[in-house]
Amino acid sequence: MSGHSTYEPKNPVAKWFDKQLPILSMSHDFLVFPTPKNLNYLWTFGGILSMCLVIQILTGIVLAMHYTPHVDMAFNSVEHIMRDVNYGWLIRYIHQNGASMFFIAVYIHILRGMYYGSYKSPREILWILGVIILLLMMATAFMGYVLPWGQMSFWGAKVITNLFSAIPFVGDWVVTLLWGGFTVDNPTLNRFFSLHYLMPFMIAGVVALHIWALHIPGSNNPTGVSVKSGQDTVPFHPYITMKDLFAAIVFLILFAFFVFYKPNYLGHSINFEVADALKTPEHIVPEWYFLPFYAILRAIPDKLGGVLAMGGAIVVLFFLPWLDTSRVRSAKFRPIFRQFFWLFVINVFILGVVGANPAEGWWIIVGQFSTAYYFLHFLVIIPLVGMIENPKPLPASISESVLASQPKGEPAAQPAE
Amino acid sequence: MKTLAKLLTAAALSTALLAGPAFAAGKAKNAQDIDFSFEGPFGTFDRAQLQRGFQVYKEVCSACHSADLLHYRNLGESGGPEFSEAQVKAIAAEYEIQDGPNEDGEMFERPGRPSDKFKAPFTNANEARAANGGAYPPDMSLITKAREGFHYPWYVSPFIKMWTGNGGPEYVHAVLTGYSDPPEKEAANAPEGKSYNAYFAAGPWISMAPPLSEDGVEYSDGTKASVDQQAKDVAAFLAWAAEPKLEERKSLGLQVMIYLIILALLMYLVKLKLWRDVEH
Ligand code: HEC
Ligand code: HEM
Repeated sequence: MSGHSTYEPKNPVAKWFDKQLPILSMSHDFLVFPTPKNLNYLWTFGGILSMCLVIQILTGIVLAMHYTPHVDMAFNSVEHIMRDVNYGWLIRYIHQNGASMFFIAVYIHILRGMYYGSYKSPREILWILGVIILLLMMATAFMGYVLPWGQMSFWGAKVITNLFSAIPFVGDWVVTLLWGGFTVDNPTLNRFFSLHYLMPFMIAGVVALHIWALHIPGSNNPTGVSVKSGQDTVPFHPYITMKDLFAAIVFLILFAFFVFYKPNYLGHSINFEVADALKTPEHIVPEWYFLPFYAILRAIPDKLGGVLAMGGAIVVLFFLPWLDTSRVRSAKFRPIFRQFFWLFVINVFILGVVGANPAEGWWIIVGQFSTAYYFLHFLVIIPLVGMIENPKPLPASISESVLASQPKGEPAAQPAE
Repeated sequence: MKTLAKLLTAAALSTALLAGPAFAAGKAKNAQDIDFSFEGPFGTFDRAQLQRGFQVYKEVCSACHSADLLHYRNLGESGGPEFSEAQVKAIAAEYEIQDGPNEDGEMFERPGRPSDKFKAPFTNANEARAANGGAYPPDMSLITKAREGFHYPWYVSPFIKMWTGNGGPEYVHAVLTGYSDPPEKEAANAPEGKSYNAYFAAGPWISMAPPLSEDGVEYSDGTKASVDQQAKDVAAFLAWAAEPKLEERKSLGLQVMIYLIILALLMYLVKLKLWRDVEH
């Protein structure tokens, strides 16, 4: 994509077409795009994420044909999809579990980036675009969850939209705007439906930019060492396409397991009860993929403070490229950082568990500790470790690292998936 | 798998006991686990049981509880009780359904048809409350998915529930069979017109008097209509009502799984062959 394509269509019609709209040479460049040959399976999640987006959009469009965004009908229209629409149950379960699969994939994708230093120069913009996608995904999933208009849909919407009232001066105005009235009601449902339909296409747009930004420097790789020569790479097609396809199918097996055998495992029972503004559920809990952030929100006793901390937990990701002071990208060669990386992962899990439990007793203390550690990791540990750590010697090139690991049989230790 | 689930359950229960009263406080009792035929990856509904369950629903529960998401035609659809077409027509025709307006602009009553929704016992929530001492008898269409019979400590719950599910059908069975005398200290402040039921989610006092009685219905297939049997049957029927496509889902799931696993193997071989000459 950088510079002019070397591709010349042979067919005269194709030639004529390509000259006016160079789609053919662009697709060609995509297929031959040189990609590091030592990528492990963690690099297949980009493709898996694109597949997830397509699945959500396709199933979503079909759902929208049968769904009614009205407080009196939304719940029953979803049940109508489940019962009376041909294969409606399948479409709905795919869409519902697809959201969870999407987040599983995106979290692995992000952690991959953090482990191998993929956010470091020259890929900062690529990383920032990724964080924007994450934010859009969260907004989309949150609004989607409101649509079936169950108890948790309603009360989740109420709790989360209420948070905006903590913003100084304009807070109340923002909340009224979100609600389209003075509480969560029909106008809220309507605008959420409209936005829920819009945002996936915004995501698709940012994904296009994300991939564009990827094609300038090319992919990072497990060694973090930049590509030095053609020896280090393989053409994207067929090498990477086939590998990605295999990984995507394995991912679909997990996906299908949930859709066909545990379709409601990841949801909340209480959402099978229609929204009731007069009956507050005992525990209001978001979907699993929001739990760590929910824990951070509740760790701060002050409303505005909680909102800032929760927002900050994502905003801090934008600054990660500049918080990291290490010269070396990959954690493979960073013995100290590598340990802190895993501590970070464990800490996020703990936050998730805290988020799922009522904010009382020990949970409060654990939540506050874990929240503090979350920020400590980004704001203190990452800058400091980068400065004091003595990285292991780097291989001269990707090819060399591959050769060095050959006698031992398998390629150098790859983190389990 | 069943044994594994049992082991996990046992482990969880013992830890729950150790975890003590803090955990138990304010929570309904754990429902007794039942080996329903529709559990597990290959489980299907037991037609005879669904038919018996429908009979219990129709003769007992439907006096108070609606099931708005069901149509009479569903009773004949595959994967359900599978009553014959004639039976479904006869069942529907037992109800007087309001229709209209006719040419004169009048509403009128006519016998039900298979395409009609299950007739609700009350026309609105206030009427339902008024007839039930102020308590609202909830709609039964989704009750087995909206309630959980099993409560475990957080550190085992996600693992056990992967095997056992949430215990929704067990919850229904437990509420129906779980009436008992209140413990000494609770008996004093028993609310007027309520019964003690340690399994009721919003309990322990429930406004539904024990609805089932020994031989309260007469099963035509000769099954003994004990309270326990009726409770199991109606729980199974309500599980179907909440998830009528369960059988279709599992059988399609099996085909999809087999297809995907074979495809994955083939793709793996393709990938191996392709990458054989690349050192990576
Ligand atoms: C006489 C009316 C009546 C009959 C008959 C009746 N119920 Fe109920 N039921 C109620 C009422 C009223 C409540 C609500 C109790 C409360 O809120 O305290 C209730 C509650 C329930 C609950 C608990 C709901 C919850 O919120 O967790 C279940 C389960 C239930 N009934 C099942 C049944 C089944 C199954 C039958 C048929 C075997 C049945 N009921 C028959 C009136 C009835
Ligand atoms: C980024 C992609 C998307 C994500 C993460 C997402 C997420 C979700 C979630 C979590 C739900 C609630 C699931 C439930 O409990 O039913 C939902 C529902 C819904 N979504 Fe999406 N969605 C996406 C894309 C789309 C698109 C593109 C459309 C329409 C064109 C759409 C239409 C709907 C509809 C109609 C519902 C309500 C029906 C239902 O609840 O099953 N979604 N979505």
